[in-house]
Amino acid sequence: MIPALIVFAYLGVVVYIGVFAFRHAHGRKEVEDYFLANRSLGPFVFLMSLFGTNMTAFSILGSSGHAFANGIVTFGLMASPAALVMPLMLFLVGTRVWALGKRHGFITPVQLFRDRWETSHVGTVIFAVQAVLLVPYVIIGVMGGGTTLAAVSGGRVPYWLGGALVAAVVMSYVFFGGMRGTAWVNTFQTTLFLVFGAVAVLVIGWGMGGFSASVAALAASPQAFLLTRERFSTLDFFSYTFIPLSSIAFPHITIFCLTAERMAHFKRTVIFYPLCLLAIWLPCTFLGVMANRAAADVPAVQAKLEARATLATQASTLSAEERAGLRAKASGDDVLVQLLNHYAPAWLAGLLAAGIMAAVMATDSQILALSTMFTEDVFAHYEGKARFGEAAQVMTGRAFVIGLTVVAYLIALRMPESIFAIAVQYAFTGYAALAPLLIGALFWRGSTKWGALASTLFVATGVLGIAAVNAYVPAPLPGQPTPVWSLAGQDVVVRTAGGLSVLGFMPVVPMVLVSSLLLVVVSLLTPRPSAATLARYFAD
Amino acid sequence: MKNALLGLATLALYLLHQDVWFWRSARPFLLGFLPVGLAYHALYCLLASLLMLLLVRHAWPAQLEREADTRDERHRRP
Repeated sequence: MIPALIVFAYLGVVVYIGVFAFRHAHGRKEVEDYFLANRSLGPFVFLMSLFGTNMTAFSILGSSGHAFANGIVTFGLMASPAALVMPLMLFLVGTRVWALGKRHGFITPVQLFRDRWETSHVGTVIFAVQAVLLVPYVIIGVMGGGTTLAAVSGGRVPYWLGGALVAAVVMSYVFFGGMRGTAWVNTFQTTLFLVFGAVAVLVIGWGMGGFSASVAALAASPQAFLLTRERFSTLDFFSYTFIPLSSIAFPHITIFCLTAERMAHFKRTVIFYPLCLLAIWLPCTFLGVMANRAAADVPAVQAKLEARATLATQASTLSAEERAGLRAKASGDDVLVQLLNHYAPAWLAGLLAAGIMAAVMATDSQILALSTMFTEDVFAHYEGKARFGEAAQVMTGRAFVIGLTVVAYLIALRMPESIFAIAVQYAFTGYAALAPLLIGALFWRGSTKWGALASTLFVATGVLGIAAVNAYVPAPLPGQPTPVWSLAGQDVVVRTAGGLSVLGFMPVVPMVLVSSLLLVVVSLLTPRPSAATLARYFAD
Repeated sequence: MKNALLGLATLALYLLHQDVWFWRSARPFLLGFLPVGLAYHALYCLLASLLMLLLVRHAWPAQLEREADTRDERHRRP
């Protein structure tokens, strides 16, 4: 119970930082201060909180859980492509968003789209699609909180209570602190995780008798495939390089780009971002793989491996419900916490679990972003601010924070899928396919609102289609894909054990390509915005 | 010319992500414990950071900050 108590103390510190230490709205422009910290973040806070914003439950729990089941491929799927694409997007797109935001006073990406393409309702459609796609991301944060607290307390804090506590803490400091509170909490949390993450690796490695011996034993076991990528498709691996495009299209990241005091603050962020990714993902992936050697020491890991073995050998004789139950038992989302609980002393396990909790609570930025979008793109845009004033706008944003958190929590209680699957299939794929909108708006004067609308509607339809097929076509056994749509004898869309496949690629590849194509083709066929508008966005 | 070279370097690094040559190999273990496929992608992150350093030094869009200081009062919030 000691680790759980330390985590509770940590949650208290986080609330203190968010709620009390950074309430500086008095005397400032209320809206820009609450939603953008008055565009005043310095270089260190900008780097650490931007990175922390991206280090969610998915990064820590999802990555180690995925590595537990799939091996070292996890790092190459999500970390190394992001190490190139994410800072590149910040360099190319983030700096332009910052400059336009400062110049024109934008607070959300939809405001930029509305102004750039001289449209109101198309912007509303983009808002709706962005908001719906962001909700799963908020849900995984709550799920991560429930999973972590349940594991840290040895089951004494049930999943529903852990999720509720994390949701309440995040809601509190976002409600009171806004972007300033969120940024400082993220900075504190990221620093904590980077420091204690390094300690975790050393402690677990020492507890397991040294990594060299563990890796050699794994290499000599039937699970040696976890140290290679031999069971993973090269086309799927390539597909994952499209996923980090989502990073800049996520509204919480786009909005965060507006908080820097100077554009020069992007420099360090762009350079150090790949190193921060390395520092977080390498230990998580490695420890996730190594957890497979901890079965003899950690009963919870042994139970997972047994469930996995049963699935592998008897899946064809089991009902769909039994398979789903075994998949849930075999899920590795909590292996990192299980390793800490076993190999670290209680007080250190508590500190390290607090570090994990830090990443889990990165969901704060998504909640704030949704609140910002609602109040700016709907409330203020449709005259709410003009009628009721700026204070009412901020209060509306705060009310939205409460409503959204409660809804996310209720959904998290019923969500059966693993953290990784939800994040990748819906949020990441959808936002990667929305990235062409932002790139088109900033770099192509020929892009039009109709092109943007076509692209956005396609993304919404595509994500709904993926969700529908996943829901109605049962997941087949590994290695026995179910054809969903064939053309001239060629299987085009296939349901696999892990999701959907389109001509061997993950859905994100065709989604990004078709979304880009629609933006280009429809824009070429429709009239551009006025010359006056274009002149404000393109210097020559 | 400088921008073209940086663009080529970026493309090359993107392509280097698809390291099929280490696909089925676990050995050698870097530092005695890091499988080669994992070590390669760790090195990849270091190279990405180096590339970003080059981009920041040689292709920084400084004009954007100057333009940003020219505020568009028509669209600024009150």
